[in-house]
Amino acid sequence: MQYLFLLYANEGGWDQLTDAQKQQGMAAYTAYTQALRKEGVLVGSNRLKPIADATTVHIADGKSQVLDGPYADTKEQLGGYYLVEVPDLDAALAWAARCPGASHGTIEVRPVWPTQNA
Amino acid sequence: MTKGNGDGRAREAAEAVARTSYGKLVAFLAARTRDVAAAEDALSEAFAAALAEWPVKGCPSNPEAWLMTVARRRLIDGARHVRVHEDATDDLRLIAESLDTIRDDGAMPDQRLALLFACAHPAIDAAVRAPLMLQVVLGLDAKAIASAFLTSPDAMAKRLVRAKQKIREAGIPFRIPEREELPARIGSVLDAIYAAFAEGWTDPAGTDAARRDLAEEALFLARLAAELLPDEAEALGLLALVLYAESRRRARRDAAGNFVPLDAQDPLAWDIAMIEEAEALLRHACALGAIGRYQLEAAVQSAHVARCRSGQADWPAVVELYDALLVLTRSPVVAINRALAIAETQGTEAAIAALPDADERLGRYQPYWAARAELLARSGALAQAHDAYELAIGLESDDAIRRFLQQRQAAL
Repeated sequence: MQYLFLLYANEGGWDQLTDAQKQQGMAAYTAYTQALRKEGVLVGSNRLKPIADATTVHIADGKSQVLDGPYADTKEQLGGYYLVEVPDLDAALAWAARCPGASHGTIEVRPVWPTQNA
Repeated sequence: MTKGNGDGRAREAAEAVARTSYGKLVAFLAARTRDVAAAEDALSEAFAAALAEWPVKGCPSNPEAWLMTVARRRLIDGARHVRVHEDATDDLRLIAESLDTIRDDGAMPDQRLALLFACAHPAIDAAVRAPLMLQVVLGLDAKAIASAFLTSPDAMAKRLVRAKQKIREAGIPFRIPEREELPARIGSVLDAIYAAFAEGWTDPAGTDAARRDLAEEALFLARLAAELLPDEAEALGLLALVLYAESRRRARRDAAGNFVPLDAQDPLAWDIAMIEEAEALLRHACALGAIGRYQLEAAVQSAHVARCRSGQADWPAVVELYDALLVLTRSPVVAINRALAIAETQGTEAAIAALPDADERLGRYQPYWAARAELLARSGALAQAHDAYELAIGLESDDAIRRFLQQRQAAL
């Protein structure tokens, strides 16, 4: 099964880190991504730019409404994702727990709806 | 042989195999697909087929295997026809694979433990774990479970459906956790079984059939867990605890239906066979060297029933055990019981000092006010005791206990 890890964390926290801490943080993510790749479970992953760069689009009455900002203003923001392929939820949770994001934020684990051609 | 007799025999045979095999069949049928609801539907069709066919053709030599074969056929038909919109090939492959696990003698592997772990998975809402186990392992319907948990049947049915959906859609595995994660995961299985027992236990008069049965079903689950996890001290501890409590079920009421508190119960009314079984289990559990909440609670019960032999409960032991329990659980309920035990060893003043303060939750908890009232009465603070009894009476839902509290209040 495929699971999407949605990494939520307080964006402001990153800016308060020293350069050395930021470097250490990036290295931890790199190591984690490598571990996923080595085990053959990684399908894809990306880090997202901050919500200040987000734009929302919604079509109402045939007209598109475009707004500056994220979909929802929350205390913690979606900052990145991993898409993994593992046998079951326990395996997914074990991988999610190893993600550095689980220590400085919260990870939502969502099963991916399977498609015929997956 | 008349048809009526055949019907009766077939029904009896079907009921017997339902009692012992329901959870085994559900676990087996759902282990690969994780589709518990589909397994239950297929199984209920198989039972209906059995009731139609067995009276005519006679009971099969292996009813369990017969039911499994019919249910599996229904499951395959269901995967082929009902779910045409979705990709059924995966399900069909998984159902076919499960055939490979059947042994040559036709016996199927017992995957009930894996099913229990799926029901008590941390990804399942804690409040629905006990109801879920009662349904999928024992086949209780939502109505009976709802009544025992004081919930509407509709709400209970919805929660059960949602939990089964979560198991299927989120991919919760039917799997016994690895050694290192086992202790944490066993806790939630045992907690759910204990929650089921506690719901059944709250009807001491046994007037509410659904609740009385629930205590028996929970005892069955506790036995199952102890049998499947024979080296887990806490699984044995839970079974011992449940047996100690069950052994006193009859003694909790006198012939007129009045409540009899523990210290006034006649040890001759206790079920000695159950107590002996519990004592043996507890000794065995302690020898495994992994102490935990259920063993400690069972040990408290053991100290109480020491009255069978010595004529007196072992109060110093009870206090010590509650000390340990309090450190382990930080539970205010434990603190209340500890205070009552302290009254026996160190006197009323020390006991009142040991009572926790009434927070919002304790303020609504009848045993808290009953304990406070009892201790205040013994210390001579009669007016305060009267008020505390008043609160306890107002919070009680069991008529016999309410009458008991009213008598105590009147005797001040």
